[in-house]
Amino acid sequence: MRDTVSNAGPMSARVTRRGRARRSAALTAALMLAPFLLAYLLFFIFPVLRAAQFSVTDSSLTETGRYIGPSNYVRLVQDPDFWSSLKNTGYFALLTVIPVTALGLLVAIAVNRLILARNFVQALFFLPYVLPVSVVTLLWQWILNSSFGIVHALTGSDVAWFNTVSTAMPTVAVVTIWWTVGFNMLLFLAGLQNIPKEVYEAASLDGAQGLGLFRFITWPLLWPVTTLLLTLQLISSLKIFAQVYILTAGGPFNSTRVVLEYMYDTAFQNLDAGYASAIAVAFFVVILLVSLLQAALLSRRA
Amino acid sequence: MNASRSRFLGGLGTAATLALSFVWAFPLLWAVSTALRSEEQAVAQPLRWLPSPATLSAFEGVIAQGNLTRWYLNSAVTSLAITVITIALAALSAYAFSQLQFRGKNVLLWVFLAGLMIPFEALLIPMFRLMNDLGTVNTYAGIILPQIVSPIAVYVFKGFFDQVPRELHEAAVVDGAGEWRILWRVFVPLSANVLWAIGIITFIAAWNNFLWPFIITTSPDMMTIPLGLTQVQDAYGLRFARTMAAAVLGGLPVMLAYLIFQRRVTEGFLTATGLKG
Repeated sequence: MRDTVSNAGPMSARVTRRGRARRSAALTAALMLAPFLLAYLLFFIFPVLRAAQFSVTDSSLTETGRYIGPSNYVRLVQDPDFWSSLKNTGYFALLTVIPVTALGLLVAIAVNRLILARNFVQALFFLPYVLPVSVVTLLWQWILNSSFGIVHALTGSDVAWFNTVSTAMPTVAVVTIWWTVGFNMLLFLAGLQNIPKEVYEAASLDGAQGLGLFRFITWPLLWPVTTLLLTLQLISSLKIFAQVYILTAGGPFNSTRVVLEYMYDTAFQNLDAGYASAIAVAFFVVILLVSLLQAALLSRRA
Repeated sequence: MNASRSRFLGGLGTAATLALSFVWAFPLLWAVSTALRSEEQAVAQPLRWLPSPATLSAFEGVIAQGNLTRWYLNSAVTSLAITVITIALAALSAYAFSQLQFRGKNVLLWVFLAGLMIPFEALLIPMFRLMNDLGTVNTYAGIILPQIVSPIAVYVFKGFFDQVPRELHEAAVVDGAGEWRILWRVFVPLSANVLWAIGIITFIAAWNNFLWPFIITTSPDMMTIPLGLTQVQDAYGLRFARTMAAAVLGGLPVMLAYLIFQRRVTEGFLTATGLKG
């Protein structure tokens, strides 16, 4: 850039110098991009392509198998275990997505109006979210222990919460809600703080109060955050694995075996990586469809 | 009359909020209360809310057993490496995307965006296979490498670099500074807040990652904290004080990190989800 200001030197010299500067700028850009792009190619793009490739082979976990056409997908469509794992995943989503979002909103509104100890209370709600999943499961396995846990001591109930078909998934859902509500609260709090005080003042001058303020101001102005959270929660609920694996290992009687658990079992226990890759691709398609559908539905409301 | 009634309702609301926050914190408090007991006291009937006398024997037992220290080390090494590499790769490429001209820029940004649709979970099998072919199963490299690519961090950093006034970049060029120097001396200091915020949430996510270390480690001495703690239940059986001591120790680093950096953590989550930036 400096050489455009200086008029010294013949035309051709200036052009080469500028050309060299441009080439060195391109080199700089390439050097700065290279580490990320290489890592992205190797640890993202390449596995994506291989997942698709494996899904049409009879690969094991460590060897690429023969090409077998779409038979893994044919098997998938006819596999009742796959459909039941999909159903279990949907059940988990049903039990968590709306409850955790609604509770997050409630807690955010409650915390937002606190004057004293606000940061402290916010931290109490948020702390579970930063815990590793296995700490969360240890705490709840102890609380719900059917012989020595505090729930047993206080209520006398000896339900084996994680080992009974009717309670296993709902209990996993409760644990998950406890664990993740803080994240929802955090985002809603940010949304609430973005609503200018003047809007509320103007509305109360117009006679709105209490629930009316919520209905006509808070709710519509928070809608972008609500849609974001519903989308994030839905997708993360479809990806559920760790809590289920640790708490129930998919049982009892496969009643909590979710899609990722089924994929994991197929690939890493039965070493049927080809078929498991077809499950992985189907899992991706489900996530894609659900998020597209949800995006369409939610944006229409706004 | 109306004012005193609304003040009464407000006070009631505050009390309800405090009560609910206590209920929410209860599992954590109960874990601490259990961990401070002897094993006999932990299961003693009738129920006691507080340990009496309190003892550190469960903590001593867990630490003496040894595995936990190893898991701490594994978690610390891998999470730190993941954080530093992720931030460095993302910041470098974000600078190129924001400040330099090159062909294919928008195409690449679109590819990253489309790539966000594909969940890591769908790539477990090829990723394991890749690590197996590279000979990195059950090593630190195997834990670290698949976790260093964060297109979201690239987007966030690019957004911040875009906001730096162009004159600063031009002035630095006039002063004869090269792009590397400008990035390091001008852009990094100006974006220190967001680099820290994304750094801390990357660290917490890496520390808490269960799924990938679960797939890639095969022996207890390579396990990270989240993974190792799943062994505790089996190892300690009905020794609940020790189990809870292990859980408390396992959760402590991230809880402390959050309490110390509360503002930055909040900022990190808000920036990463696009609610602030």
